[in-house]
Amino acid sequence: MQSSAHPQMKRKRSMSQQRRDTWVAWGLVLPSALVIGGVILYPIVRTLILSTYDYSLIRPGQEQFIGLGNYLEFLSDSMFWQTIKRTAYFTVISVGLELVLGIAVAMLIDAHPPGWRFLRFSLIIPWAVPTIVNGTMWRWIYNADYGALNGLLLQLGLIDSYIPWLIKPWRAMNLVIWADVWHTLPFAALIIQAALAGIPGEYHEAAAIDGANAWRRFWNITLPLLRPAILVVLVIRTVEAFRVFDIIFVITRGGPAFGTVTISYLTYLETFRNMSIGSGAALSFIVSAFILAIAIVYIRVLYTDDLAES
Amino acid sequence: MPRTKQPMTRVVLFILTLFVLLVIYLPIAWLVISSISTRAELLSTPPHWIPQAPTFENYTNIFFSGPGTPDAARVFKRSMVNSVVVATTVTVISLLLGVPAAYAFSRIRFRGRQAAKLTLLGTRMLPAISIIIPLYMIAARTGLTDTRSVLVVLYLTFTLPFVIWIMASFFETIPMELEDAARIDGASRLTTLWRVILPISGPGLASTIIFAFLLAWDEFFFALIFTSTEASKTVPVAIAEFTGRYAVDYGAMTTGGVLAAVPPVLLALLFQRYIVSGLTAGSVKG
Amino acid sequence: MNVRKSLLFALALVAVLALLAACAAPAAAPQEASSGEAEAGGGEAVTVKVLAMQQAGYTPDEMDEIASRFTADNPGIDVEVSYLSYDELYDKLVTSMSGSKPAYDVFLVDDIWYAQFASAGWLLDVTDRIPAEVHDSIFDAAWDITTVDGKIYGMPWMLDQEMFFYNTEMLEAAGYAAPPTTWEEMEEMGLKMKEMGLVEYPIIWSWAQAEASITDFVALLYGNGGEFFDENNQPAFNNERGVQTLAWMVDSIEKGVTNPSSIASVEEDVRSVFSQGNAAFAMNWSYMYELAQFNEEESQVTGKVGLALMPVFEQGKAEGIVSSTIDGSMGFSVAANSDHVDAAWGYLEFLTSEPIQMEFSAHLPPAWKTAYEGENLQKLLSENKSNEVLVPVFTEQFKYSHVRPKVTYYTEASTTLQLALQEALGGSKTPEEALNDAAAAIQEMAQ
Repeated sequence: MQSSAHPQMKRKRSMSQQRRDTWVAWGLVLPSALVIGGVILYPIVRTLILSTYDYSLIRPGQEQFIGLGNYLEFLSDSMFWQTIKRTAYFTVISVGLELVLGIAVAMLIDAHPPGWRFLRFSLIIPWAVPTIVNGTMWRWIYNADYGALNGLLLQLGLIDSYIPWLIKPWRAMNLVIWADVWHTLPFAALIIQAALAGIPGEYHEAAAIDGANAWRRFWNITLPLLRPAILVVLVIRTVEAFRVFDIIFVITRGGPAFGTVTISYLTYLETFRNMSIGSGAALSFIVSAFILAIAIVYIRVLYTDDLAES
Repeated sequence: MPRTKQPMTRVVLFILTLFVLLVIYLPIAWLVISSISTRAELLSTPPHWIPQAPTFENYTNIFFSGPGTPDAARVFKRSMVNSVVVATTVTVISLLLGVPAAYAFSRIRFRGRQAAKLTLLGTRMLPAISIIIPLYMIAARTGLTDTRSVLVVLYLTFTLPFVIWIMASFFETIPMELEDAARIDGASRLTTLWRVILPISGPGLASTIIFAFLLAWDEFFFALIFTSTEASKTVPVAIAEFTGRYAVDYGAMTTGGVLAAVPPVLLALLFQRYIVSGLTAGSVKG
Repeated sequence: MNVRKSLLFALALVAVLALLAACAAPAAAPQEASSGEAEAGGGEAVTVKVLAMQQAGYTPDEMDEIASRFTADNPGIDVEVSYLSYDELYDKLVTSMSGSKPAYDVFLVDDIWYAQFASAGWLLDVTDRIPAEVHDSIFDAAWDITTVDGKIYGMPWMLDQEMFFYNTEMLEAAGYAAPPTTWEEMEEMGLKMKEMGLVEYPIIWSWAQAEASITDFVALLYGNGGEFFDENNQPAFNNERGVQTLAWMVDSIEKGVTNPSSIASVEEDVRSVFSQGNAAFAMNWSYMYELAQFNEEESQVTGKVGLALMPVFEQGKAEGIVSSTIDGSMGFSVAANSDHVDAAWGYLEFLTSEPIQMEFSAHLPPAWKTAYEGENLQKLLSENKSNEVLVPVFTEQFKYSHVRPKVTYYTEASTTLQLALQEALGGSKTPEEALNDAAAAIQEMAQ
């Protein structure tokens, strides 16, 4: 793998300079950290505490410290693991599709075919439709008895009779994924397109002169340069996808037969519907642990740190 | 990929462009058509792709609310204002605070850099559902419920990490040489950021602005819990109210969706020209 | 690579937080018990905050009118009403009630939330505040909604139940003079209509993974001589009658009587299919009648909508069961920790009083028995075209309306049973397996 395409100019840095840099850096980061921390620290600490309690709103005054009890209960529950599997499926397929299609669309725009400006502008539109409307819209499109999907497929002669799309668990899951991908693809495409636009043309020219074909240029030059953008898309979209909730609530409410219950939906059921605040809290920390683990793996594999001390 | 000159390739690329446009606009067209269809037409089999008797009642209900209009439609206009105020404030503050932080993460080598960056995003890894009750208690105690300010503060907690992550990734694609030249001339970090880095970060900034705006614009669950009157209800909450106990006013919801999409799209149009491609010097594109 | 360091840092952070937690935990932890402050002294102006539901019951204009009349009668007490849709109501209540001071003084509570909310201590026990004559003038079945373990936690307000709808035109075309009284008859009629090409799938239900599937199943179950929970609040739906009922549901899909999209349908889908003339029969809440029968914009079957008592199974009929359905009413309650308990109760009494309920009965049939007698009844029937037909059937049906069990873990139990129904309907479990598994899981919750 050829790494960094723009090697850092080697400089000798004095100790004092380095120390000053650290101060400057923290000074720049601090305002953001204060805002986020100030708001979120107490709720997180409190949720962490509650996750060690058997605590239900339904039984006030009977809360009991049970240590890791809530966690262990979930980790030994097969329903929990099935939900994790479903969530992982949702995440892998939707983020994967978004990334591949996002790169493809970004490259398409970057090749400047007729109408590329209009295409780049249009990308924003699915994203601008609020999630709650997006879900309602797709639910309506997928409807068995009067949905547009059935209407279209029938008129095109692709099906003989209307199909109740959402009654099979896996099919429902895939259709929910498509609704989500349609809505969020613009994010990946725009980020990657912007990164693509930032790659100086000389790199390609030089490679073209060397006789590299389009695929090799893409693989050896474009892709490595896109790595930071790909990393950010992967991390951000995975964080979001693994916690997917709204669109499932709107389209299927977790049905059919729990086929689209994801881990966030389970957390919602536990915390709000069952009022088991303690186990809901534990569940959400398990979710975060999963997401954190995935994020670290991404960073490990994809992050080329130009600044890392070697 | 450099611009292709062969006609065949251009034709293929053009067809692909049309296909992508079709995928984007088919559902959008259906959304718009639904918003001007009567329920009877919406339910017809086969679907009426073009409504036989289009109605603009949903739109007039929202724009010219009178005594007979549903309450949800009346609230909608106010919620539009609330959403614009909240999303704009959130976007501006997250850029002001987040861009310098992103610069620090991408350009300065300092202790705890990786950990801090990951921790910032970590706050978003917890499902909102689990921290919403304690957050609500703080807001209730400080009398901040049902204000736009509380939404701004809450939204900052997730727009900030994202702005930082995205901007940092853009800064990383900017060659170090450009900056080093300025630094050798004795410019400070902030001057370098302002004079050298930001001017060529157009595409990144533009996408980040749109991203932050949409994140705040689309948020539903916090808004639902923390707002209760017209004083602070946002668009997604207003749209959700087109639902009764059983009955869903699908036409009104799609109308809300179409209208809600307008401000972000205008914003994108506005920034379209700032998404200039590539670096200024020596670029073969554009 | 810094990942290891990051992890260490994260761990350290967690450790610090845990320490913090250990210090802060004991007293702070869960309940922020309220001291139940005394009522704000007389003379001072108070505002009663009310949370109601969008697009159900009274319109916001009517609610405002009632509120201003109350304020006129009770100077110094202002009423401020906010609205939410049904789906959002629950989440909002759970959040805003879990703090030490409730955000609302008076709020709407659905039948199935009463046990949960009462147990959480959020609802004011109003048993002693209700005069005997008021108690006797309101339907017993309505009190069942707001009563948990013998204590009354609110005033019944919005009466509703699942009802049986049929398409009069299709029935006539198939040569039937009267709607079915048993499900077996319904099936027979439906199959004939199907054969004649009148309709592809004769009946549509709301069997999606949602509470609506429970109400459908349980209404059927009682009509088969079964029971949802027994008198000791133990699950009873998995006995022979329950298994038969679920097996019949599965079978009706296989026979093509039931529209297969029922498995993914909720109430609104039922209404859409039925109002399009794509079903001869349907089970739904009473709201569907006016929309399907009179609203030309919403319905293709206006003037052809029949209402009848909910059918039962032959077996149930033989045992003397006339009809059976599920009660889906809602009540208004006062927050137990409200600062203005008396003012709030005063408003609630006014809102649910007989004169107010009679005057504003256009969108909401009163919960008062007295509204359905003599002159009052005449007024109610003449209020609009819908009431004329709906009110008599509704009151007759209400005699056979069952309330879902008032157990604190109802929502959890319901989710479990929803899954069981879905598994059986989707064919991944037999009805017996599915119901037994659900019953076992629910028994565990009760422990």
